[in-house]
Amino acid sequence: MRFMVIVKATPETEKEGALPDPQLLLEMGKYNEELSKAGVLLALDGLHPSSKGARVKFSGKSRTVIDGPFTEAKELIAGFSILQVKSLEEAIEWVKRGPNSNPGSDYEVEIRQIFEMEDFTPILSEEQIQRKVERRAELPNQTANK
Amino acid sequence: MSATDSHHAAEQQTLNRTIEAVWRIESARVIAGLSRLTRDVGLAEDLAQEALVAALEQWPRSGVPDNPAAWLTATAKRRAIDLFRRNAVARRKYEDLARQLEAFEQTSPDLDSTLDNPISDDLLRLVFIACHPILSTESRAALTLRLLGGLTTDEIARAFLTPEPTIAQRIVRAKRTLADQQIPFEVPCGPELNARLSSVLEVVYLIFNEGYSATTGNDLMRPALCEDALRLGRMLAELTPTEPEVHGLVALMEIQASRTRARVNSTGEPVLLFDQNRAEWDQLLIHRGLTAIERAHKINTTRGPYLLQAEIAACHARARTPPNTNWPRIVLLYTELAQLTPSPVIELNRAVAVSMAYGPHAGLTLVDALAAEPSLARYHLLPSVRADLLYKLGRHPEARIEFERAAALTRNARERHLLLTRAASCQTDPTDP
Repeated sequence: MRFMVIVKATPETEKEGALPDPQLLLEMGKYNEELSKAGVLLALDGLHPSSKGARVKFSGKSRTVIDGPFTEAKELIAGFSILQVKSLEEAIEWVKRGPNSNPGSDYEVEIRQIFEMEDFTPILSEEQIQRKVERRAELPNQTANK
Repeated sequence: MSATDSHHAAEQQTLNRTIEAVWRIESARVIAGLSRLTRDVGLAEDLAQEALVAALEQWPRSGVPDNPAAWLTATAKRRAIDLFRRNAVARRKYEDLARQLEAFEQTSPDLDSTLDNPISDDLLRLVFIACHPILSTESRAALTLRLLGGLTTDEIARAFLTPEPTIAQRIVRAKRTLADQQIPFEVPCGPELNARLSSVLEVVYLIFNEGYSATTGNDLMRPALCEDALRLGRMLAELTPTEPEVHGLVALMEIQASRTRARVNSTGEPVLLFDQNRAEWDQLLIHRGLTAIERAHKINTTRGPYLLQAEIAACHARARTPPNTNWPRIVLLYTELAQLTPSPVIELNRAVAVSMAYGPHAGLTLVDALAAEPSLARYHLLPSVRADLLYKLGRHPEARIEFERAAALTRNARERHLLLTRAASCQTDPTDP
């Protein structure tokens, strides 16, 4: 299963042109390498401050654009990664191992599960299960050639 | 009272799941480190298991330690020392080892940093020993999932739909074989490396395919097993970054996994590649697959069978619609693959690619050359492909016979229906002479 790990913003991450501490970058790099080496890190990106972004407000048929920056840093996102792990607990354990990327202020990292195909599969009827049983062995393996 | 109890039980459950997660993350490294110290993978695994049991007993009282891996390793090593001391028969043999272990513990209080560097070497040694060719492929797969994937015997049994005692026995026997044959805990070098690496890749791909085309069981796919294989593959790619075939296998698995959502419809029926809704392909996994192919190319220009298959899969992944497929390139890739690993099935695939790139006539010539191939005698795709090419060439009466032959050979009812429909369309076609 996959989880999106959402790193919330702080006043520091919202500062324009602010470069992270080199020592911190090194630690983050090492941590991300560890995630890669374990085969759990699928994607990873950091975000520009909200001053470079915008919001589109939906209300009935109208669409209103609100330009950044936005206040309330803790409701904003500074970066995210996607982890493929066995359980929520495993995602939590990986996140806890990360360095504090902003020792200056408290921030939160939110972990959310990504919908997978299985989540959309409705409960199958007996007949459907039977059909699956009949078909399973005949599923063509489309790329393997042997 | 009962409210407190149920609260307590819930807490206990959460903690157990946390310990399971810690085990999943740390077990391979712990077992790898212990294997180097004890020179016995089976013993290392037993010791690590004992440390896990100790954790399940102690952590509920003491809380999860800050560095769980170091805790597990230290606990397992203390058990090793006790064991060696107690074991009078093997005392002399083990005394040195016990001293080494103690010295190691004294000189390196910070286990994490000391184990940091050699740990990837140890993990790689663990990969090679778990996939040693002396073991059967089934045993290699079970042992790899157990030692490197951190799966329990029960989880492996469920994944392969095999009774748990069978898997347990398979693992015990495999560990005994490795000990009896005194298989060294090392990374093979020189000419042996390639053969041994093939054995590793074969195991990872077997695990993936077991999940992807689920040969047994109620489900067409078992995504969890695909994820385990991908995780092992990605791990291996970081352990052996200079091996192009490892990146090739990872790329092949990423791209195949990208189609998971699209290859089964809502009623559980398989959907063929050209009928799949490409909007459902997972672009993140495709991107990862293409990146893995690039990594392989940067190493050198030789292409092994996994990289070639990955590149064929990439041609499909890059095509937004089936007509956009780069067929001439697929022909080249199949030609190269057929030279490396000759097989009539690859030849048939190549013939299809040729017909798509250069027209049905060119394809038919190649298919006709395969007609006498005994291994394809009962393979329904041979007459099915031939029928399709004959139909495209306007030779409908011949096409009908071939469609009917293919229908008689397939075991898939839906496919049989489709083939018979096509056979019937040959008969009623107004252009039929």
